[in-house]
This record gives sequence, C-alpha cells and structure tokens, in this order.
Amino acid sequence: MALINPKKREVQVKIVYYGPGRGGKTTNLEYINRKFKKRILNEMVTVKTYGDRTLFFDFLPFDIGEIKGHSIKIQLYTVPGQVKYNATRRLVLRGVDGIVFVADSMDLRREMNVRSLQNLKENLESFNKNIFNIPLVMQYNKRDLDDEGIPILSVDTLEKDLNTRLKAPYFPASAIRGDNVAATMKKIIALTVSSLRKKLE
Amino acid sequence: MEFTIDFTKEQIESIEDILQKELIDLGVQSVILMDLAGNVIVNLDSGEANHDVFSLAALAAGNYGAVSAMANIIGEQEFSLLFHKGEEESIHFSKVVDDLLLLTIFNKNVSLGFLRLKVAEAVKRIQTLI
Repeated sequence: MALINPKKREVQVKIVYYGPGRGGKTTNLEYINRKFKKRILNEMVTVKTYGDRTLFFDFLPFDIGEIKGHSIKIQLYTVPGQVKYNATRRLVLRGVDGIVFVADSMDLRREMNVRSLQNLKENLESFNKNIFNIPLVMQYNKRDLDDEGIPILSVDTLEKDLNTRLKAPYFPASAIRGDNVAATMKKIIALTVSSLRKKLE
Repeated sequence: MEFTIDFTKEQIESIEDILQKELIDLGVQSVILMDLAGNVIVNLDSGEANHDVFSLAALAAGNYGAVSAMANIIGEQEFSLLFHKGEEESIHFSKVVDDLLLLTIFNKNVSLGFLRLKVAEAVKRIQTLI
C-alpha cells in the first residue's frame, strides 16, 4: 500500500515489473533509467547473479511531480523471473501498488508466460490481494524478434492466453529498442495514482 | 498479510522528536524508520551523511525478509536485530513492530553497546505512539 507522509506531503508508490525469466523486466528499467536520467536522482540499484540475471530485484526511484499538493515518489521494482526464486519474488511484492506484467512474445515462451501470471495471482493472494483489483498493465515484449525471423506469438494469442479475463490495458513493446516502454510506464503510473486519489483528498 | 499503517502528522513529529533526542543528538549519523515494503516513513540525519535513503530502505526491506526466511529454516520466527559492521560505518536494524524497522547508521565514535541501549529505548517509546 502506498505510504503517505502527511508531514512532508509526500506519497511513495511501489510499482513492480513481474513476468517470466529473461522476459525483459530489467531491460525496461534500464531503458527508463537512461531515457529519464534527468528526473532520476539516484542510481538504479540492482542485485544480480554472476550470470547477470536478477537475483533479488532492481530498484529505480522516480519523481513525477505533484498531485493534489502531494509530491509523488514512484519506486519501480523488478522481481527475479526464474521459477526457483519465488521467495524473493514474494518479498518484493510486499506492499505493491501497481503491476506491469512483462510477457515474452517468443513462441517458445508461451507456457512460461501463463505460469508466471498464475504465480503472480497466487503470490498476490498470499498478501490478501486480488489480481482483478490491483492496477495492472500488460506488456507484450520482444516484438522486435519478428524482424530477425524468430517466431513470435501474435498479440491476439497473447491477449487470449493472458488477458481474456483480466482485460488490463496492454502494449506490444520492445524494451531493448525502447518501443512502448515509456507508454507502459506512464499507463501504470496513471492507473496507480488515480487509484490513490481518493486517499489524497 | 498486508500492511497499512497510516501516520498522522503529529505521530510523525513525535517519532522524529524521539529519534532526534535518543539517537541523532548522541552522535548517530542517520536513522530511517521504514516499513517492510521498503517505504521510508521518517528519515533524520546529523547533516554529515548524504545517503541514498530510498535505495537503502528498498535493500534493507529485502535483506530483512531474506534473513527472516533464514531464521525460519533454522526454526526461529525471525531475527529481530541485525547488525552489519563496516570499517568506518555500520548499520544496525531493529524491529519496531510487525511491519516497521528502524535502521541506524553510525560510525566508530559510537559504541555498539551504547547504540543498542539507545535504540531499545527509542523503539519502546515509538511503540507507545503507534
């Protein structure tokens, strides 16, 4: 839950990038870090394994200005995608306000996406949160692979697999090129902040 | 489990007052009261420190969670107190209530025993406010 500091009139909002391993969650944050460098006061924090995979999380704090007289501090996190790191994924989800689900468009990863989304649902339930009620944005990443002749799933297939019931806003994206990375982020911030508006009044 | 502690302005001011008198005035460089989601609730420093408190809080929440999981493996509920010693600076973590941690950053001029005593007093006083 977002933390509101009535003295400093400051709100801290936690947004988590979730999804299967090697799906591009960290690449999203790295792109945002480069693109919005001027607004980001602190270095991005990453806890990685030797193989350069996210071990614990990446963390990127981000100021977006004021809403209703409160300064809004967005904190972007990623989780480790690999199946075996579920305990750390749950830790990062604690207190989450909004989620970007980064799905991998690669044909071969179809089942991994579905499993990861199911895992998200279960982990949210362990914190008494319902995936249907939390601000959520879908990102269908790696659309660029199509240009290299690597088979990818169509957006329709991804929508059918992952978003039939959730009906979350979605973006086809290429985190490595930066396509729709900012759009995804802006959407989740807008959804999350508007869900907090009532509390700020 | 979900944690939603809403603090009033008065509560925050009282907590700041306790932390200032019990810890900062006695030579501690920096204190952060945070929740286990990694949010910073109160941050005070002596003016010498210029730490990235938001990143520190994010990592501390993760660290505390990881150490609690280790505690469970050996049959403990949790380790309510953690301490990381550095050459110049050290970090002390203490649980305040279920979802709140107090992080204290101090240098060689403050002894660990003394710090623990003062942290325990501050924690006790904060608990009465929440």
